[in-house]
Amino acid sequence: MAAGTPTVPSSNRPRASVRLPWAGQALNKGLVVMWLGLMVMLPLTAITTKAFENGLDGFWTAVSSPQAVAALKLTVIASLIVVAINAVMGTLLAWVLVRDKFPGKGIINSVIDLPFALPTIVASLTLLTVYGNKSPIGINIAFTQTAVVVALSFVTLPFVVRAVQPLLLTLDRDMESAAESLGAGRWRIFRQIILPNLAPGIATGVALAFARAIGEFGSLVLVSGNVPFKTEVSSVFIRGQIESDNLVGASAVSVVLLAVSLALLAVVTFIQRWAVRHER
Amino acid sequence: MSLSSPIKKRRGIQALLVLALVALGAIIVGCGSSDDGGDGGSAKVQLVAYSTPQQAYEQALEPAFKDTETGKGVEFSNSFGGSGDQSRAVEAGQAASYVNFALETDVTRLVKSGQVAKTWKDNKYKGIVTNSVVSIVVRPGNPKNIKSFDDLAGDDVEVVTPNPFSSGGARWNIMAIYADAIEQGKSKKQALDAVKAILKNTPAQPESARVALQTFLGGAGDALISYENEAIAAQQAGEDVEYIIPDTTILIEQPAAVTVDAPQSSIDFLDFLWSDEGQKIWAENGYRPVNPALVDETQYPSPATKLYTIADFGGWDKVADEFFDEENGSIAKINEELGVEAE
Repeated sequence: MAAGTPTVPSSNRPRASVRLPWAGQALNKGLVVMWLGLMVMLPLTAITTKAFENGLDGFWTAVSSPQAVAALKLTVIASLIVVAINAVMGTLLAWVLVRDKFPGKGIINSVIDLPFALPTIVASLTLLTVYGNKSPIGINIAFTQTAVVVALSFVTLPFVVRAVQPLLLTLDRDMESAAESLGAGRWRIFRQIILPNLAPGIATGVALAFARAIGEFGSLVLVSGNVPFKTEVSSVFIRGQIESDNLVGASAVSVVLLAVSLALLAVVTFIQRWAVRHER
Repeated sequence: MSLSSPIKKRRGIQALLVLALVALGAIIVGCGSSDDGGDGGSAKVQLVAYSTPQQAYEQALEPAFKDTETGKGVEFSNSFGGSGDQSRAVEAGQAASYVNFALETDVTRLVKSGQVAKTWKDNKYKGIVTNSVVSIVVRPGNPKNIKSFDDLAGDDVEVVTPNPFSSGGARWNIMAIYADAIEQGKSKKQALDAVKAILKNTPAQPESARVALQTFLGGAGDALISYENEAIAAQQAGEDVEYIIPDTTILIEQPAAVTVDAPQSSIDFLDFLWSDEGQKIWAENGYRPVNPALVDETQYPSPATKLYTIADFGGWDKVADEFFDEENGSIAKINEELGVEAE
């Protein structure tokens, strides 16, 4: 934070040009605050206000209805499974892409981001074609909770990979060589040297993937089946609330999703800090 | 060394700042221009409609209207989407001079917000521009021999119907099943049980009617409950499906209206849609004309026993409360019961 700040108080500096960074920084901060305010805080405040429009009771009635609870349960559990899969497979993918050399690596590297670019409804249609009743590979999981996990894994695939990749690239290989020369086995090197260094990236990827997964709608609408109490996720339940003109109920469930996301982000931050302290 | 890096940083920050300001400016300008575009010329029809009739409008109705005396030189701006979404968008300020929805409650919303006149139903066809009926779409050759709603309650039948809470249009389907049971002399409670038996057979309740059709064409289910016009549209698109008009079903009435500040061209357009010429074009696109004299019985047969209307159950306002209130509605309760049974 203090990197660009002159050690001498700027007002005592004779040249006008030195004052600029101060003015620039103030302007910057203002801009950032305004931008965050307009883009993030204002909509979030609006949703929260709406959710509590009928008071605490109204909020509680909306989020504790059996159907809402069933949808929330499915959404959170499926998302947790998905991020666990992502943490392992994403790290593995990043590892292979950074450390291994093989033909077509560049192509695979660019393919990873495609789930981001694909319109989610197209993703859903594709998944239905590949894993539905007419599956060309004989796997039919459409309209099951498994389908929810598969669709979410598809759209959240890039998060962990892209968060871990840069860390792996900058990872000092001398550390590994040193450990090896000291007699550490491969597994021990991975566990004690590599993993701690990648942990922040994995954690970031997991947090982002989780936040995306619990709010996901488009990729699920076709393939999940949307049967209440079985395969209906929260976002689709919220869609129903909106269609029924129950904006308060829709906002209330959304606020719960936001709170769950926030809680996970807090846990991740806590783990990261703990890891850093533990390392020292 | 110590000097150069802050300077670099400063330049970077300044560049960022400029970029951010440009972006902000673009957004503000963008918002402004879209507002300006809202007024348009007096001869422009700003059409906002549900998604199904898109082809009918763009490829048949609008060109035909432009060929008429009153429609000469009239331009269209079209917006299609889910009926409820479109209605809420107009309520929230999307420019519209002519609206066409799948459900009367979507027009009622705009009457409440003052954008559509209270008198919108005071005309020959009570504000309804097209009719259809709830039909059952089956696989080629009808392998499961499905002829009625009762057949959909069988043990080995899978049924696709949209989720009636996320799809306003799907509520017609539920009411058709209910009507069929009532016609058989069942009590209200028994009729709801008939609905429940069919909902129990749904492997999927897609989010909208369109998605439901996609799901069915994708191979899910033995039967799809759908509008007759959707089934005809699928056939016209070359899909290999058949459809059945059950002996008792319900009349789907799709309303249209002009907004309070609509220019004359929009009023002319609605009049054209109600004219014999307009109604014939609707009929070619899978919709039943609202003028009974124009309904061709070979193409649009009447149900053998009875065709109910939503008025038979007290109209949409009452039905929406009684059946589809998401807390106390009968269908919400059925969903809950099915959920408990599944656990």
